[in-house]
Parts: sequence; structure tokens; C-alpha cells
Amino acid sequence: MAKINMLQAINDALTIAMEADDKTVLFGEDVGHFGGVFRATSGLQEKFGRDRCFNTPLTEQGIAGFANGLASNGMTAIAEIQFADYIFPAIDQIVNESAKFRYRSGNEFNVGGIIYRTPYGGGIAGGHYHSQSPEAYFTQTAGLKVVVPRNAYQAKGLLLASIRDKNPVVFFEPKRLYRASVGEVPEGDYEIELGKAEVVKEGTDITLLAWGAQMEIIENAAQMAAKKGISCEIIDLRTLAPWDVDTVATSVKKTGRLLINHEAPLTGGFAGEIAATIQEECFLYLESPISRVCGLDTPYPLVHEKEYMPDALKTFEAIKASMKY
Amino acid sequence: MSNATSTTETVHRVSFLDKDSLSIPILKILQADGTTFEKAVLPVIDQPLAEKIYDTCVFTRVLDERMLGAQRQGRISFYMTCTGEEASIVGSVAALDNEDVILAQYREHAAIRYRGFSTEQFMNQMFSNEKDLGKGRQMPIHYGSQALHYQTISSPLATQIPQATGVGYSLKMQGKRNVAICYFGEGAASEGDFHAGLNMAAVLKSPTIFFCRNNGYAISTPTSEQFAGNGIASRGIGYGMHTIRVDGNDMLAVLAATQQARAYALEHNAPVLIEAMTYRLGAHSSSDDPSGYRSKEEEAKWQQHDPVKRFKLWMMNKGWLSESDDQGLYEKYRQEVLAAVKVAEKLPVTHVDEIINDVYDTPTPRLKQQLATLKQHIKKYPDSYPHSAGRV
Repeated sequence: MAKINMLQAINDALTIAMEADDKTVLFGEDVGHFGGVFRATSGLQEKFGRDRCFNTPLTEQGIAGFANGLASNGMTAIAEIQFADYIFPAIDQIVNESAKFRYRSGNEFNVGGIIYRTPYGGGIAGGHYHSQSPEAYFTQTAGLKVVVPRNAYQAKGLLLASIRDKNPVVFFEPKRLYRASVGEVPEGDYEIELGKAEVVKEGTDITLLAWGAQMEIIENAAQMAAKKGISCEIIDLRTLAPWDVDTVATSVKKTGRLLINHEAPLTGGFAGEIAATIQEECFLYLESPISRVCGLDTPYPLVHEKEYMPDALKTFEAIKASMKY
Repeated sequence: MSNATSTTETVHRVSFLDKDSLSIPILKILQADGTTFEKAVLPVIDQPLAEKIYDTCVFTRVLDERMLGAQRQGRISFYMTCTGEEASIVGSVAALDNEDVILAQYREHAAIRYRGFSTEQFMNQMFSNEKDLGKGRQMPIHYGSQALHYQTISSPLATQIPQATGVGYSLKMQGKRNVAICYFGEGAASEGDFHAGLNMAAVLKSPTIFFCRNNGYAISTPTSEQFAGNGIASRGIGYGMHTIRVDGNDMLAVLAATQQARAYALEHNAPVLIEAMTYRLGAHSSSDDPSGYRSKEEEAKWQQHDPVKRFKLWMMNKGWLSESDDQGLYEKYRQEVLAAVKVAEKLPVTHVDEIINDVYDTPTPRLKQQLATLKQHIKKYPDSYPHSAGRV
């Protein structure tokens, strides 16, 4: 197995998917010859031609509407939204159209062949228009799947599974890790099943749950906690919609405690949904209130990025508080 | 790469252009008395095609009249007519191949009828019964049929416009000799989706016909409050698109323009914009009363331009239709529609299990759990859920 970074893994997955199915089309802003602002699509136009890998005009709602049309007529559409912060002009086409095409037509038509790839999250000194984590806007939309990989291996396997899934998927790529996350990635074709969380590390005292770039944060916090004799079980949710209640509930029944960490603001964030569900499933097993360590309820700041972030130290403090409750 | 057009002329004093700089003619073939203009070039049309077009118009008139009545009686919750716009819709669909994909706005039921949507299928959709292809998920008039290549209507305005660009592109990629056609009103042309969709179609070379029914009103807003430019056609030109303006109440003009638009789109893998100047004789929807925003005199004036009557006179001039044929056709459809209403309204609504189907390709565990909980609840309080009680 070769060691590659997350961008190379994504490029690899896109290549495999486009080689396997000539009805797969890739498009977005600057994705053609330039290879995208992060170079995730480098070389693909040369390999697959301008008809299958091309630049679009600067119009997110157009990109999403175009994707809906392609997929409604039997194509697989891989649409790149350059930054997750810029997905909002496309929100009607995604939330009202992609998500509901199959349902509203009684399955006469569907757009299951769509994947919206978009870089999300902070840690790159990008300020609020290059750092947001808008996943919760999509998790409330029935009909969409929402997927977030945490490293290069995951990115390739989850991306291939998302492209081939029969439902529209919003795939959030942690841009902070694009080049920072390097790991062993198999060369061939493989998929990681959607809708399944992964128990990354077993533990006995508290369950720590996150996804994407925040996995590194909770792993660091767990190491700090281990020095205090606290054993953390670590879970990567991987798919937020539909999410794996069973794996999380089984873990919480064992440890008796749950901490959820995400970059997006606390209020209305997906941690709230998880907390409510786990409280229902595990009420009699809980030793302390479910803890949420999240972004502040502010726009994503620039100079105070470090203060805003639900970092390892804040997580460590929350672990201790939960243990002492 | 050049950022200027090929015809850039240089001037040396300030000189602005405005909408009057752009002269857009309007294609007219058929006169009010059913004769054609002297130098008019007719579309490709023979008696069977003319009869199918007229048959579709009569059915649609009857359907509109009866279903608006059914809505007023409270038998269906909502209705929209295409009265006054039949030539725009039927004239354009009649120019297409049956496998060209239609993306309609909501007022184009004549187009799905032309393709073969049965009277029963109309009723099943409007009454949301268990035979509705859409499984009772959308309001009345949101028709759709995979078999007829007519994509299911979505309520949000203009969303179908960039989608049509994608459908057209997919047809090109799949090597099919077909186009996409997208219907919308002049009001929808104010939405961002319109601009995104047209620009992308022109740039990405998508064989798509954008068909604007400029019918004078977006609900109650007249065109004078909708756009300040030279209609919608000027925008097609602005996006670098082959564009034509036609008399939307002239069946032959619409047919001719669409036939040629289709041929052009296929030959050049490029989009075409057609702006049909028409008039919405009816209300926007059954929830609307046009007397609040337009005068009886205005409506009466447009009655003179009734597109169905004009086409009928042409057919009679050709000897292809008689008054008694015409009366017989209306009578046949009045009976057929009434009979279909009576059958459709007695059928049960879609089964409650369908509430969780098609959210995803297969229902998730959480959805199955929510349905099970719902059914238990319905069993406990059957009187409160008459649609589903006894069938859970």
C-alpha cells in the first residue's frame, strides 16, 4: 500500500469511478484543466475529456440544478462546490429538488446518482467564508445522505461508496486535512459502507464521538485523559444522515457517558440530535449528562479561530467534568 | 481568449444602448379568421397531426372547466388551468419526438395529455388515490410519467430550468437524438435558476429548448412589474442563444418555431429560447381571483385572440373539422371526464406505508421504526385518521 494524502486519495477514487462507468460526469468551478482550487481533480480532464470533466460558470445553484437534470436522466453527477460556505446559493436545488426528487415523483424519477463534494471546516486561517461546517442544514433534509471522511483511507472508500449509492449524497471533505492527513491507502477499488459508524478505539469510561477533522481532536483529548487514568472509547460517525444509532447506543450503554464534538456552532448543531436520541435510548445507563463540545454560536472568526474551536483542551476539560459529575 | 464579441465597433463619444436598440420580430402565421398570412411559411403539418393537436386542446378545455368546478365544489383541493395558452403548449409539444424529455412548470397538462396521459391518470393524480403515479405526495396538477418522458412537476418556481440544461446535456452524452424542453412563465424568468440554467446551457452546449410562456401575469403581477427589458427573448440573445419570439396564440407559429428550434438544437448541440407571447385567460390558480388586478375589458380583448378558436377556424377552412365534429368532441370529453371523476374520487388514498417509501431507495431503520409507531397510534385512535384506519 502506498502512503498518499487525502487529496490524492480523492483523486484516485474519482479516477476509479469515472473509469468504471462512462456515464459518470464531473464538474464544478475550476475543476477542469486547473484541477480545482485544491487540485482534487488534477489530470481528470486530460484523462476523461472535456465532455466528462469540465468547468462550469460560477453558479452554485446552476451546478446543483444541472446535476439534478443529469441524474434524473440516468447519469452519475459528481458536482464540486468549491467551498462548503458557498453551498447556500444551491440550497434550494439540493434541499427541495435533489432530496425530494424520488419521493415527490412516487419514484417515477430519481436523482440517486448525485454526489456533491465540498471542502468544509476551519483550521486554515480562512475566516468565516472559508471555514464553515454546514452539515446540520442537510441532516434535517429527508432524502439526502451526509458523509464526512476523517483520513485518506476513509476519503477514498467513502467517496466510492457515495458515488455508487442510489441516493444523493453531500460529501464534506475536511480541507484542513487535505494535505495534512497522509496514510496508507489501497490502490484498487474498495468501498466503506455508508450509514455505519466506526469504533476507532475501545474504552470503558466515556464514549467520545466526532467526525471528519474533529476526530484528531478527540483522539488527542483521549490521550490527555488516558494520562489521568480515564479510558475513552472513540467513535467516528462517518455518515451523519442516516446515522448509526446502534453503534453509538451500544457504546454508551457500556461506558455510561457520551461526549460529542463538532466544529459547527452548538445551537441547532447535529450534536443536539445525537444527544436527544441517545438520551432516549440509554437513559437508564447514563452516569452523567451528555456533553457537547462544539463551535461557539458565532460566525466562524478569523483571529480568534483557536478560541472558537472545540479543541482538545476544551474536550479534555469536558471529559473530566463528565467523569466527576 | 477574447472577451469581446466579434462585431465590436469603436465609437469616440458616449453612446448607450437600450432595449429599443434590440428589435425582436414576432412570428405570426395564422390570422384571427383562420386564414394564414400571405407570405407565411407553414410548419410541417398534416390532417392527423392537426386532429391530434385539436383533440388535445378540446380535452384540456373540458378538463379545465370541469376540474375548476370540482375544486369549487370542494372535491379536489387545488387546480390550475392552461386556458388561453393551449397553442403555446400543444403547438410546441407537437413539434417534438415522443422521447424528448419535458420539464414543465405546472400549467402544461396539455403537453402530458398530448403524450398519452389518460383521463384516469389525470384523475388519479388529482384525487391522490392509490393509483396515482406520484403516490399522493404532491398537490393536484403535479403530474409526471417516466413512460411519457414528462418529469414530475415540482412546486418551487424555475427549478426545472437548470435541470433541463442537465437533461439536455445527458441526452447529448448518451448519444441520443433527443432534446430536453423546458416550460416556464415570464415570472419564473426572474428567478436565479433561469439565469444559471440558460447561461450553463449556452456555455456547455446543451440541446435544450427553453420555452417561455409569456402570459402577461405572474399570479397578480403584470409583466410591467416583472421586467423592464425587451421581454424574455432579449435575455436569450444576451446569453448567446438562438432565440425567437412567436405569437403564442398562434398554433401554427408555435409549431413552426419549435420544429425548427428542435432541428437546430440537435444539429448544433445548442440551446434555443422561444418566447411565446400569450395571455392567461383564466386565474393563476383556483386560489386566485383575477378581477382584483385586471379589468373585464382586458380579458374580453384577449378572448378575441382565443388560440383554440383560431386553430379551429383554420381546420374548418381546410375541411378537416366540422361544427358537429367539434360539438361531438366536447361532448365526448365532458362525459369522459365526469365519469373518471366519479371513479377516481371513490378509490382509497395511497396506503400509509407509502409515507416512508422513496425517501431513500430503501427505508432506513429509523423510518421503519417511525412507521411502526405511527401505525400503533392509528390503531389506537382510528376515528382521527380516517384515510388510514382499517388499513394498517
